[in-house]
Amino acid sequence: MIWYEDTQRLRQEVLRCMKCGNCQAVCPIYQELRREAGVARGKIRLVEAYLGGELPATHGLERRLDLCLTCGACTASCPSGVRFDQIIISARAAMIRERGLPIGKKLLFYGGLRNRRVVKLGLKGAYIVQRAAFRRHPFRKAGYPRLPIGLDPRRIVPEVAARPLVEASPPMRVKKPVAQVAYFAGCLNNYIYTDIGHSVINVLAKNGVEVSVPREQHCCGIPCFAHGDLDLAREMARSSVDLFWNQRVDAIITSCATCGVAWKHHFHELLEGEPSYAEKARALAQRTFDVAEFLVDVVGYLPPQGYLQRKVTYHDPCHANRILNIRRQPRAILQSIPGVEFIEMSNPDRCCGGAGLLSLTHYQLSMRISARKVEDIKRTGGEVVATSCPACRLQLEDALNRFGTDTNVVYVTQLLDEAYNL
Amino acid sequence: MLSPVFIRNLKACLGEENVLLDPEDLICYSFDAASGIPPRKPGAVAIPRSREQVSEILRVCSRHGVPVYPRGSGTNLTGGTVPSPDGIVLSMVELSQILDIDAENLTATAEPGVVIDKLNKAVAQFGLMYPPDPGTVATCTLGGSVAECSGGLRGLKYGVTRDYVMGLEVVVADGSIIRVGGKTVKNVSGYDLTRLFVGSEGTLGIFTQITVRLVPAPQARRSMLAVFDSVDKAGQTVADIIIHRVVPATLEIMDDITIRSVEAYTPVGLPVGAAAVLFIEVDGYPEVVEREAGIVRDICQTHQAQEVRVAKDEVERDRLWEARRVALPALARVKPTTILEDATVPRSKIPNMLSAIKEVARKYSLTIGTFGHAGDGNLHPTILTDASNTEEMTRVKAAIEEIFQTALSLGGTLSGEHGIGIAKAEFMEWEFGPAGLDLMQRVKKAFDPQNILNPGKVVRRAGD
Ligand SMILES: Cc1cc2nc3c(=O)[nH]c(=O)nc-3n(C[C@H](O)[C@H](O)[C@H](O)COP(=O)(O)OP(=O)(O)OC[C@H]3O[C@@H](n4cnc5c(N)ncnc54)[C@H](O)[C@@H]3O)c2cc1C
Ligand code: SF4
Ligand code: SF4
Repeated sequence: MIWYEDTQRLRQEVLRCMKCGNCQAVCPIYQELRREAGVARGKIRLVEAYLGGELPATHGLERRLDLCLTCGACTASCPSGVRFDQIIISARAAMIRERGLPIGKKLLFYGGLRNRRVVKLGLKGAYIVQRAAFRRHPFRKAGYPRLPIGLDPRRIVPEVAARPLVEASPPMRVKKPVAQVAYFAGCLNNYIYTDIGHSVINVLAKNGVEVSVPREQHCCGIPCFAHGDLDLAREMARSSVDLFWNQRVDAIITSCATCGVAWKHHFHELLEGEPSYAEKARALAQRTFDVAEFLVDVVGYLPPQGYLQRKVTYHDPCHANRILNIRRQPRAILQSIPGVEFIEMSNPDRCCGGAGLLSLTHYQLSMRISARKVEDIKRTGGEVVATSCPACRLQLEDALNRFGTDTNVVYVTQLLDEAYNL
Repeated sequence: MLSPVFIRNLKACLGEENVLLDPEDLICYSFDAASGIPPRKPGAVAIPRSREQVSEILRVCSRHGVPVYPRGSGTNLTGGTVPSPDGIVLSMVELSQILDIDAENLTATAEPGVVIDKLNKAVAQFGLMYPPDPGTVATCTLGGSVAECSGGLRGLKYGVTRDYVMGLEVVVADGSIIRVGGKTVKNVSGYDLTRLFVGSEGTLGIFTQITVRLVPAPQARRSMLAVFDSVDKAGQTVADIIIHRVVPATLEIMDDITIRSVEAYTPVGLPVGAAAVLFIEVDGYPEVVEREAGIVRDICQTHQAQEVRVAKDEVERDRLWEARRVALPALARVKPTTILEDATVPRSKIPNMLSAIKEVARKYSLTIGTFGHAGDGNLHPTILTDASNTEEMTRVKAAIEEIFQTALSLGGTLSGEHGIGIAKAEFMEWEFGPAGLDLMQRVKKAFDPQNILNPGKVVRRAGD
């Protein structure tokens, strides 16, 4: 049994919370709602009540457990070292064991994410209808919904790529490569932000790294994991581990903070009960790098020569910053580009408000959190926000648009790629 | 167990969305930061957004005889906000505007839900500061800290919340809105109700506006840390510093158990064999700070400090304070349950109090780490235990009672800054005697004849 399924461990972890309330100071949800159920302390008390039989597995409990960005800010600052990141997932998993997955998530996870072909087909369809269903944004690769399809009409949704990245990236041969790597693109980069994917491949190739993009790769499964469906997450973890174990490369490169966390932590945690798998997953975790980390700390990337006169600021994705410890490397890359004026925003590590499904289920709340981020970005006067996660890009593009700025959002390697090509 | 009519009236005052009734929400408001107080769900949670709404709620509650449990951020350590099913929690966090910063009169006026840190950031722009700084500055509300008369690290030089509250707007039990005190430094009109409200823990009235005094922020500060091989030497150092007419902004002490826990948690280089560490900060004009820092260092050396570290810059200062900052977290990780006490003695009795606490720990076979504000005699003996061990908890209770008695016998008090709440209500008579307690009960009755304002806290009345 793994941690996340062990009710006894959950019970002990919950007991360690001394109810000091310190998490109120950092929780983005609490700062908006100012209600105890929004903050880690309140949810811990609810889990305690649930485990103690005081509160049954109600829909109300489920809704309150949904109110978490899994941003990790509370865990990072908790004086007692309470692992709320683990509590929330274990608690969601316990609820699912008792109540089953709610219908919306079931459709999304089982009807969709689980099956690569369905995702591909669905997105192909989306590509075809998007022109009809969405009014194009004048300069962002995104559109506003034309029809009442349950989306906020002021919301912009990015365009689906004509061809997924994995189909558009033949293996790159490099003469005398400094390293051979396999690129795990992740769903967003594969189906939507193929521009990020291409920039990752380009900058690696520029540095003499041979990149392969395994075609059969699939969703990392973290959306299922984060919402407590551990069985499905485990199934998806196995398929990723199998596929990449056979690649025989020096490293696995990720360019999505959440996928990175999956490879570095959640795959082997999930597969704990299957020793042969767990061992492989641990070995692969050792070899997994965020692209900026790989460029800066492993290969020692070539400083770009092209001059990019731009004011740039950087947003720290929660999972890159708090779990993968990626902060220094993307900044180093940005600062090494001639002409770039790097301006640090205040609270660069504050959650952008995206947080996976929360931006679907609680769009207004998620936008209120983003509004604060937008203010911090605006104050820098930067023209570009760089970040290290496509999910943050998705949220930031929508929020910047909504709050009326034309600040561009890019992935770190996109600027590097541009500077290399000047 | 609130009547449907009452709930309807409450919703009429506030709107549906500001009255929480779901069991999941009620559970979230059934507790605060106090350990060992059993959680109790309220009948409802009311979230007012204006003073008029607070007044209306109290009118409705007094008409129905429904108890009102005011709550800020719920960080108090004595169960001061724990409600009962026949009453409502009145969450004050949405009254959170800073209304006025008056740099000429050195005052600020704010609503009670403002978090202290936010007030401090706002006044810092004027070169001013609001000195009371409880460990929870980043979370606790101004209203809650006025109701608790919170202290903090700067008590020795700057005093506590009481010394800064100049005026209050209060909604009293029947819903009337009154104002006491004001912006003037001098004010002798009538009884000093402002002082009575400060520290009243929500039992006399609900604050809806608070005017506080500000002071110019010090231009310079210098921190140091001194390590001692005996508690007595540290205690004499404290006494000697004051005798030399240096009043540090902060003068903190940590005992051996705390030092060892801190080192185990984040190695900051404290000698684990040491008996006590003092953290000292002087602040003010740069020249004065320089001179006072020198005097303090000399005094530490005279009392055979094993080591004196002086921070040269802000980075070193932060590193030095890290050890003090992590004292509670470090202790909290030793055992599942942490009980933070607050008994306070006159400054000169610190060494006696420290050795008495050690004796109590030995007698009841408990682990107690002590740290706290040596400069103002406010110690935090912290009992490290396990709430699921009922046998040990009975010893803990006995130990706490003995600590209280010792503090009182040394001329001290039950609580320096955390308040009485539920946790210490039963011991009030020890400090005040029957006549003193009776007078307090009559004061309470004069303010709150129906006993609907935070009943069961501070002074109990028959039937609580
Ligand atoms: C880790 C930790 C460290 C701490 N360190 C310190 C410290 O160094 N010094 C210190 O003094 N305290 C300290 N405390 C205690 C606590 O933080 C303070 O008492 C704080 O001021 C309480 O503020 P709050 O907003 O959380 O109030 P709450 O806990 O919500 O309420 C406190 C009391 O005020 C009443 N109340 C709240 N709002 C109002 C209002 N508007 N009108 C009338 N009554 C009201 C409540 O009924 C209750 O009785 C610490 C607590 C913790 C958990
Ligand atoms: S989770 Fe940590 S910070 Fe939050 S109340 Fe519990 S102990 Fe305090
Ligand atoms: S993980 Fe983030 S959103 Fe969730 S409770 Fe902690 S601080 Fe709040």
